[in-house]
Parts: sequence; C-alpha cells; structure tokens
Amino acid sequence: MSFLLSCPLCGPRDVYEFRFGGEAQARPTPGADQRSWGEYLYMRTNVSGVERAWWFHRAGCRRWFQAERDTRTNTVIRTGWAPLGGNLPSGNSSGSDG
Amino acid sequence: MIGPLRRLRMGVAKSLKPSYDVVIIGGGSHGLATAYELSKLGVKNVAVLDRSYLGSGASTRNTAIIRSNYRTAQGVAFYDESVKLYERMSVELGLNVLFSQHGHLTLAHTELAIAGLRVRAETNQLLGVDSRVIFHDEIRRIAPALDLSSRPRFPIQAALFHPPGGIIRHDAVVWGYARRAQERGVDLHPYTDVTGIDVVEGRVTGVQTSRGPVRAGIVVNATAGWASTIAQMVGLRLPIVTHPLQALVTEPLKPFLDPVLVSATLHVYVNQTDRGELVIGAEIDPYASYSMRSTLPFLETSASHALELLPAIAGVKVLRQWAGICDMTPDYSPIMGITPVGGFLVDVGWGTYGFKAAPVSGKRMAELIATGRVPDLIAPFALERFYTDSLIGEKAAAAVSH
Ligand SMILES: Cc1cc2nc3c(=O)[nH]c(=O)nc-3n(C[C@H](O)[C@H](O)[C@H](O)COP(=O)(O)OP(=O)(O)OC[C@H]3O[C@@H](n4cnc5c(N)ncnc54)[C@H](O)[C@@H]3O)c2cc1C
Ligand SMILES: [Zn+2]
Repeated sequence: MSFLLSCPLCGPRDVYEFRFGGEAQARPTPGADQRSWGEYLYMRTNVSGVERAWWFHRAGCRRWFQAERDTRTNTVIRTGWAPLGGNLPSGNSSGSDG
Repeated sequence: MIGPLRRLRMGVAKSLKPSYDVVIIGGGSHGLATAYELSKLGVKNVAVLDRSYLGSGASTRNTAIIRSNYRTAQGVAFYDESVKLYERMSVELGLNVLFSQHGHLTLAHTELAIAGLRVRAETNQLLGVDSRVIFHDEIRRIAPALDLSSRPRFPIQAALFHPPGGIIRHDAVVWGYARRAQERGVDLHPYTDVTGIDVVEGRVTGVQTSRGPVRAGIVVNATAGWASTIAQMVGLRLPIVTHPLQALVTEPLKPFLDPVLVSATLHVYVNQTDRGELVIGAEIDPYASYSMRSTLPFLETSASHALELLPAIAGVKVLRQWAGICDMTPDYSPIMGITPVGGFLVDVGWGTYGFKAAPVSGKRMAELIATGRVPDLIAPFALERFYTDSLIGEKAAAAVSH
C-alpha cells in the first residue's frame, strides 16, 4: 500500500479501498450563471500542501467522508464526516515536494 | 553526445538579467521547445527558469511513447503535426533522438472496446493518419509474443494498429532543445525557483525568483504537474488536478517485441527499448498528489497485468521503478494559450500524454507569442473552453495509452 486513510466508521485502511472524490468546495446556488458552474465543475485549487478532499469508502462501509492530507507527502492530518470544521493550516502553498 | 549535455545538466547559470521580453517557467521539453522556436522566429531576450536541473520533471520520467491515433479531430490534427516534427528532429537539433517508429497496438478485449477503436480508426483515416483495426492473424504477425489464446480472463479480440507510433530517447529531446536554444541566445537558468509573479493592473510585469526579481512582459507557465502552483501566483485556478504516474523497467532481454502494446482493460502498457529493457506503465495513481514516491501496488498490479499479455516474461527481473507527476485535465486534452491575466500564457494540462506534444506546442506557442495571434491548430485548446462547454474528450484515447 502507499498510505493509510482512516475511515470515520471503519478505521485505518489501505488507501486503495477508497475512491478519491476531489477537493471539497462550495457549490453554487441552482440559479447561478454558467461561469460560476464552469468554475465549480472544472476549476481546482490543486494545492501543493494541505488539501481538504472527499473520499468514498468503496471497499468498506460505502460512505463519503472528508480528509485533510498534505499532497506533498500524503501525510493524512485528520479525517471525519463532512463538513470538517476549522480552517486549513496557513502557509499552505507550493514548496518542496515529497 | 554526453559532453555538452552534461555541462547543461550541471547548469551553472550565468547571472539573471534584470529584464527579459519572455520568461518561460519550466525547463522541461515544453519550455525548452518553446524557447527554441522563439529563437527561430527572431524573438530575442528569452529566458527559461527551472527550480531544479533541466528536464527534472516529467520530461525525463516518461515512457516516451509518440503517436497520433487520438479520438477527436482537433486532437488528431494536433498530435499528427507533432509526430511529423519528431520525424525530422534528429536533423533539426543535430542530435540523434533515437525515434523508433516500431508501431503501436491498442488492444481490445471486449466488443465495446472494438467499437471504440473503430471510431478512432475512422477519424484517424479521415485526417490522413495511418491507423486501422486488425485481428488475430495480423496481430500474431506483428507481436508473436502476445498471448492470443483464450487462457487469459480477458482474451485479446482485436487491436488498433498505428504504424507511425513508437518510442524516443526522452533525455536526448530535452538536451537537444536545450543546447540549440542556448546556442541561439536563449538564457537557460536551472536552479532558479519562481516564488511569485508580479501583476499590475491585470498584466504581468515580472517574476520573483530564488535568485532575485526579473522583469518580463510575457510569462509562460510550462510547469506541467506544478502548473496550478504557478497559476496561483497570479490568482488563477486551472482545471487541473495533479496525480502521480509511475513506470518500471526490467532487465534487458534480446529483442522480441516490436510495437508498443497498450491494454485499457488491463490498465497496462509495455514496450521494449532499443537496449532490450521492457518499459511497463499504467494509469495514474487514483488520488491527487505531488509526491514522486513509487508504490508497491503499482509494481504488483502492473507486473501481473503485463504477464497476462506476455506470459513469457515470467521470471524477468525488475531493475527499477519511479514516478512523476501529471497535470490531469477533465477532458484529457491540454490547455494552451492566453488567460484572463494579460501576458500570462499557459502551456499546461499535459497529463500523461504531453511528451509527444512538445515539438508542436513549442512551435505554436512561440507563434502565438511572436505574432500575438492564437494559431488555428491550438485555438480549440483554450482555457476558455471550460466555461463554454466545448471540451475535447480524449479520455478513451489517452487514459492508459500515454
Ligand atoms: C511515468 C510517466 C510516463 C509518461 N509517459 C508518457 C508517454 O509515454 N508519452 C507522452 O507523450 N507523455 C508521457 N508522459 C507525460 C509527459 O512526461 C509530460 O506530459 C511532459 O513531459 C510534460 O513536459 P513539460 O515540459 O510540460 O513539463 P516537465 O518536464 O514536468 O517540466 C516542468 C518543469 O517545471 C519546473 N518547475 C516547477 N515549479 C517551478 C517553479 N516554481 N519555478 C521554476 N520551475 C518550476 C520543474 O522543475 C520541471 O522541470 C508520462 C509522464 C510520466 C510521469
Ligand atoms: Zn468505512
């Protein structure tokens, strides 16, 4: 395996049990214009640093949850049911790669 | 061949000038090709900045497959021009880039896959690209080592055969562009980390680097897997998610495999290099990451899937495995051209398939910079397409084939 992810229900499991669901972001209101939907559907921060993202426990309880993970090192900081409260750590931009 | 190149790789750069007309961020095949083509168009005062040695990114980590049998008309025309440029490259750059056009086989294990290959063959042929669907008799002749029996769980039924496809020496491409660009007056600055980009009233005016500030009228983002981190410096988000992609290489064997083999069903591809090694690759790792560590699951699944295709390689030793990072777009097509920030151009979204495109994107990006007009060939690949619902879906032709 390459790293462990802790499902809030099932506990630490091989990351290959999960489906990555992309970075968490705010959804536009139903009446928002096409540009806002384009932004939501396609544009990503894709941070090199700590990212808050969706994960689905495909080979387990089949529930969606969120994880904070450093995308440079794959270090998982915390996981929990959505939405994860609190702010992401600052100084969260490009830097050396793992 | 190594002498001049080693000096470049060691790359002790001259001092940064206070100002350049064009600053290209990223010294991979794309940044270097763009710089070289700019010098040919007479654009002077161009610099390429890379935070590490030249070619340290995906450009020397890829599996060097070159082909043009894509699925969309826009994609096929674009990659076809690149294959043609690669065919002339050894002469153009004065360096043997070892382009071996041994052919490319995309295998179909299901009826549905055959239907998909037929669509590609038809589109390819309409645009003059040599590509056709073939069956067991012909496959056996081209790749006798392939297991065409009904033993595997997913027996091979047909293949898309693309004779001009092949592999190349990726380091030579990078070195060749770097050397020629430098000879023509481009300033190459390895070990120069871009840490910020200055924007005044919606236009770029320069970049901040680990070696000091540089003024620039035009800044090109050619940083592939790191593209989002550079775009963030001008406050732009891109439709890109960075994923690792891994590969492995075996000990050398006597030549027994001519074409590149790709199986989307088995998520694996294999080719034999001129040195006899088997290069084996797969799809991207299934989560976003900037980490370039290789993993055991990749090694296990790729090895076992390659054995489904070529049972004879059981017992062959793996020499090494490695990873690079890829700037994946939602439609598996690149993003080239202008952005909402004046003077800030992108040549990104190269995903797992961008090495083959360096010559054509370098040429067309240079043309855009020199003339101020977006060339027709790359106009469909504009960033704006994500706001107008005009995506160029190449996933079927690019998710496992790179
Ligand atoms: C394992 C693997 C297999 C592949 N197989 C194929 C294949 O068979 N065929 C194919 O066509 N493509 C393939 N690809 C994809 C291909 O390698 C890439 O799309 C292509 O090399 C991208 O080239 P580039 O010049 O844009 O980027 P890169 O070569 O990645 O160069 C980007 C450069 O930007 C620099 N940089 C980043 N941040 C900064 C900064 N802040 N300041 C300064 N410099 C910075 C980096 O150091 C790097 O050198 C593969 C990729 C991988 C990883
Ligand atoms: Zn679970």
